[in-house]
Amino acid sequence: MAKTVDQYFDDLRGTRVWRSIFRSGTGSSTLKRALSIQQNVFLHLFSTKVRTRMLGFNATWYLGTLTLGTFLILVATGIPLMLYYHPSAPQAYADTKDLQFVVSSGLFLRNLHRWSAHCMVFLVFAHMFKVFYRGAYRTPREFNWVIGVILLLMTLLLSYTGYLLPWDQLAYWAITVGSNIASAVPLMGNKIRFLMLGGNAVDANALLRFYVLHCMILPLTAMFFVAIHFWRIRKDGGLYSHASEPATLRANAASSDITAKEAQ
Amino acid sequence: MADPKDFTAGIDSNAKKSPRRIVFITRRTSAQVKADTENQIQTFPEVLFRAAVAIQMLAIALVWIALVFNAPLEGLADPSHTPNPAKAPWYFLGLQEMLHYFPPVVAGVLVPGLVVMALIVIPYFRVNIEAEGLFLKDRQRRLRIFYLAVGALSVFLLFFKVYAALVPTLIMAAAMLLAAQSSSQSSSAFQRYLAGRPLSYWVMTWFLFELVVLTAIGTFFRGPGWAWVWPWQGS
Repeated sequence: MAKTVDQYFDDLRGTRVWRSIFRSGTGSSTLKRALSIQQNVFLHLFSTKVRTRMLGFNATWYLGTLTLGTFLILVATGIPLMLYYHPSAPQAYADTKDLQFVVSSGLFLRNLHRWSAHCMVFLVFAHMFKVFYRGAYRTPREFNWVIGVILLLMTLLLSYTGYLLPWDQLAYWAITVGSNIASAVPLMGNKIRFLMLGGNAVDANALLRFYVLHCMILPLTAMFFVAIHFWRIRKDGGLYSHASEPATLRANAASSDITAKEAQ
Repeated sequence: MADPKDFTAGIDSNAKKSPRRIVFITRRTSAQVKADTENQIQTFPEVLFRAAVAIQMLAIALVWIALVFNAPLEGLADPSHTPNPAKAPWYFLGLQEMLHYFPPVVAGVLVPGLVVMALIVIPYFRVNIEAEGLFLKDRQRRLRIFYLAVGALSVFLLFFKVYAALVPTLIMAAAMLLAAQSSSQSSSAFQRYLAGRPLSYWVMTWFLFELVVLTAIGTFFRGPGWAWVWPWQGS
């Protein structure tokens, strides 16, 4: 009898090379499935099991997952974009033009990067409000909410620093408007602005600084906090579900006790 | 195909190998029976599969958008030529709209700083955790504080002529007054819902409302010199 695709895949997972790479081993028992999460350096951030009720669309609207999705798309499109881009004025603008008209699929890459960035900002806000209205910031999840606020600021900074990189009129004046706000900080406003722009006006120094922030510092910092954010979900008892909270369960148990006594 | 199981189930009666737990119930304690029957599902593969499908659908939508709509690209950056209006990215247009009314130190530093502070401290306030209806307890006193707060805020916004922020504030105040007139015995389901909303809900919803309104005004209704234009007038 011919082998099915599943059997070929099982054979592959049984080979010595595969077994040397993945620590969880083969098999589809509950234990092996749990190990494939727990024994994986990336997936071990998540818990091995999730409450079934949290998988329904209404529980979370999948907003956190989708935000991660936009982040992955942004990394995947951002790296090829870096290959065609020099962070110097006015070469940056010429490179952006080349991406539009010369580079194969350059226009598509830039479009996808830009719309995903807008989408990510929107999704982060939506995720925050959804979490708030579900009351999912409650103990012991307080600090994960704070990390979420940090990630919101990181997202805004990522989007804002990326906004300057095309070096067109839209970019230049949006950043000028924004950096003027920084100079309104009492006492040290102009110093902050100087530090941010590497000068007193938006010019080539500012472009280089924003490029380094946008492509190196901010993504790495964001990934660091995203890892803590995911890990804390597991450590804090999984996704918040009001009906599954110990306090709710106790209250329900107490009220069912009372009704049971009244019935007697 | 599933692997053949490498173990057999059986009943082990050896008390040394499988000890049992016995609970002693004294007069002062009572057994707490934890009925934890909630269904759980394996992360691998069920949850990861769903997450992958969700991300795939998002990616398809974004690819489609990227194929149809081009990202904007204007002329080369020119410090000597200021476009009118010079707009920030859309998510900062709420802030830029506020800059139109207030001095930069208020709209650009104080307000965003306070918003971030407020967001951070949300989970550390008892009133947010307990989540009781705002007007269910101590109604008269809370109504007086509510009138005072809304009155002060309205006068402040009127003084700076911030009608864009005043209108959402008054709409929210009306909803809160309706909540104050409602209770869990109200006939309409909407009123019962409003009556149970805590203070944090009202503050956050007001913030969301202002955020949406100010961002929309900054994006669609502001033209040269930050003057009011209708979207169909062009800029």
